[in-house]
Amino acid sequence: MNRYPLWKYLLIALALTLGLLYTLPNFFGEAPAVQVSSVKATVKVDVKLLERVEETLKSANIAHQGLFADQNSVRARFGDTETQIKAKDAIERALNPDAGNAAYVVALNLISRSPAWLTAIHALPMYLGLDLRGGVHFLLQVDMKGALTKRLDATAADLRSLMRDKSLRHTGIVRERDQLAIRFRDAETRNKARAAIENAQPDLLLAEVQDGADYKLSASLKPEAQKRIQEFALKQNITTLHNRINELGVAEPVIQQQGADRIVVQLPGVQDTAKAKDILGRTATLEVRLVDDENSQNPAVMEEAARGQPPVGTEYYVERSGAPLLVKKQVVLTGDRLTDAQPGFDNQTHEPAVHLTLDSAGARIFKDITRDNVGKRMAILLIEKGKGEVITAPVIRTEIGGGRVQISGRMSTVEANDVALLLRAGSLAAPMEIVEERTIGPSLGAENIERGFKSTLYGFVAIVVFMTAYYLLFGLISSIALTVNLLLLIALLSMLQATLTLPGIAAIALTLGMAIDANVLINERIREEIRNGASPQAAIAAGYERAFDTILDSNVTSLIAGLALLIFGSGPVRGFAVVHCLGILTSMFSAVVVSRGIVNLIYGSRRKLTSLSIGNVAWK
Amino acid sequence: MEFFKIRKDLPFMRHALVFNVISLITFLAAVFFLATRGLHFSVEFTGGTLIEVSYPHAADTQKIRDTLTAAGYVDTQVANFGSSREVLIRMPLKPGQDSAKLGTEVMVALDKADAGAQLKRVEFVGPQVGKELAENGAIALLLVVLGIIVYLALRFEWRFAVSAIIANLHDVVIILGCFAFFQWEFSLPVLAAVLAVLGYSVNESVVIFDRVRENLRKMRKATIPEILDNAITRNISRTIITHGSTQMAVLSMLIFGGEVLHYFAMALTIGILFGIYSSVLVACPLVMWLGVSREQFVKPQKPKEEAVV
Repeated sequence: MNRYPLWKYLLIALALTLGLLYTLPNFFGEAPAVQVSSVKATVKVDVKLLERVEETLKSANIAHQGLFADQNSVRARFGDTETQIKAKDAIERALNPDAGNAAYVVALNLISRSPAWLTAIHALPMYLGLDLRGGVHFLLQVDMKGALTKRLDATAADLRSLMRDKSLRHTGIVRERDQLAIRFRDAETRNKARAAIENAQPDLLLAEVQDGADYKLSASLKPEAQKRIQEFALKQNITTLHNRINELGVAEPVIQQQGADRIVVQLPGVQDTAKAKDILGRTATLEVRLVDDENSQNPAVMEEAARGQPPVGTEYYVERSGAPLLVKKQVVLTGDRLTDAQPGFDNQTHEPAVHLTLDSAGARIFKDITRDNVGKRMAILLIEKGKGEVITAPVIRTEIGGGRVQISGRMSTVEANDVALLLRAGSLAAPMEIVEERTIGPSLGAENIERGFKSTLYGFVAIVVFMTAYYLLFGLISSIALTVNLLLLIALLSMLQATLTLPGIAAIALTLGMAIDANVLINERIREEIRNGASPQAAIAAGYERAFDTILDSNVTSLIAGLALLIFGSGPVRGFAVVHCLGILTSMFSAVVVSRGIVNLIYGSRRKLTSLSIGNVAWK
Repeated sequence: MEFFKIRKDLPFMRHALVFNVISLITFLAAVFFLATRGLHFSVEFTGGTLIEVSYPHAADTQKIRDTLTAAGYVDTQVANFGSSREVLIRMPLKPGQDSAKLGTEVMVALDKADAGAQLKRVEFVGPQVGKELAENGAIALLLVVLGIIVYLALRFEWRFAVSAIIANLHDVVIILGCFAFFQWEFSLPVLAAVLAVLGYSVNESVVIFDRVRENLRKMRKATIPEILDNAITRNISRTIITHGSTQMAVLSMLIFGGEVLHYFAMALTIGILFGIYSSVLVACPLVMWLGVSREQFVKPQKPKEEAVV
């Protein structure tokens, strides 16, 4: 009766193999490394970059222990931190000759020493939280009201131009808190205006109000429009933050939405919070300008311009394709007029393209400009840190109305994605404020790791010693099951790449202490069955069977508490809850299935079993 | 090895009233201290200030800690920051004190003790975040309570669910009472510990109740107090060993875990000790007072047997 079918042993073997495999990377430790990633979404990391880094290191005579490239970065591993810093300086000099306009982030990082085949199966070491590796944590509150106000102000401008276009006389359009008030002299104009506005601005909710002698039309944003604007604002702020943080040279920044209106920014390894704050608060904008085609095609003028003397009223730029061009200084349109930018495909040619949506004032300006400049080129620039970059300079083929603009030509899908992202990321959609800031120095991080490790280790050893002394062989089996639990838990944390924090380590220690409960229950039950006169084999079977209900009930109640913590907790509480919940799940498996498996292997095949090694059960 | 060789069931239920009075007194004392002293909330809940200081030479964090304590700043955390010459001081927010001034005041004190200290930065943790944390904590607590009641009511019966939750909420209040009495810092990890204790000590009640349910079916002739006594006595060994094991892990945290985990482990320790007491000696009498009976678990197949009860 105490035999497992083969598939159960295979299941245990499989779990153990996976557990070992994914726990393994944690033992190799980490090596100092230099990570090179691109600052601009338009500059891609590819094999060429890898070769450049390799060459740089070779020419600087710096020995590396391996170069790796993934989609976003190139990493070089070094033997010690001294070489790492030397290498960083060398790579920085080679890749970013102009320090003010860096194209790559060259950052110090740590990478796992685990062999490549482990990395290939995505077996990575556990992802350590800020309190274990050191760094800065910001919690930013996005001013959602600000986003709506900004939109209303823009809408007021749109309405003014709409009234002008339709020749409707009004006596003023003003924003009164979260509403726009448009005043008219008579009811007839108001009715006409209302029809026009409803047509042009589907997002507005209109109401007619009699205000003294004035015929007032009050407009507010529809709830669904408000929601959309706020969601967009948050998304755009996150994108913008991403782009800015790239410049900080942080190896693995975390930027995530938290709740409805907050953004968490975590910068591991960063110590200079002042600089970080400065960069988070900066703005970048988009500009549309016309290209001076006549002069751009004149080699003599271009030569002059390249030397820093462009014709009056123009600026010299090099397009991404490498072609130089002269762009007029007069700004046609700024990023404020852009409401969205999405990557997609051209309807006719099926080429990758970026679809822009302009607000109504922007749409009108764009229509006028394109009508007047068919056949000429238009440059789209991104202005950052006071410096501009021509993203693209397409030829205007027809008049473009309706506020929907498409940029295409010589773009890959990846580039289209990048450009869309850049355009969206131009500036912050809503103001933000830092409501929480945490900084953990690397010394504290290392200290925390040591403390957490020691707590877990000594607690574990104490339990193993006690269990083995108290329950003899069954105690040893329980201890093995507990070890398997630890193994599976660490493997699961590594596999899921869940953030491990100090409270998380505390949860590991606590989970081990709690998980032993299941085995104590089982062992006590077996002793009791024997005392009541059951044969050893029957006692094992009954012990496991009877204890299971209790184990299930008690784990479910623990899990309820764990899940509530996971849902409502933030920061350290969540770190604790994740590990706690996973630990409860792994403990169910190890304490019941694995320990039974071992017991079955040892005792299951013995026909004439007279006693079990489970401690003293002789008294009655 | 065998610690518990109890041949006869111990008459716990005979003293049920005594146990309930004891827990009522501890409970009231905890509520009293919570009301009069209040909890000493950490920077996370109250908002607070971080100060970064740099020295021209290696900083002596212990000396800085002593200096700050002497100057009247309690509960400051001092840690090296980046290099051995830089120090980060964390201070709780005090009403009527603005963070900019606090920085200068601290610097004057530090400079007097060890010349050359330079103020690099004063940071601030907004208080609005703390308010939300407290709210979320309360919601989480409520959710745990509801979840456990529903689960136990489904698996057992509502009397068990209510008894278990009352017994274990009483643990939570006692933990909070201890934190109020000793004015230990109540931080986010402590909140996590308190909620974990709630889930954990319900375990204990569940294990006993499981036995009670089994006994209700098996011990047909026994009275309810006898059944409860038997369930508790049969489980004593398991109760002590399990909680002893968990306590070993927690003790290890208490000793080696450092400052951050200290109060976390402390909350767990109190939770484990009172958890044993309350889930056995509070929950069981409550089940009895609430009027548990065999019919609630055994389908009355033979009406004769009911008369015996």
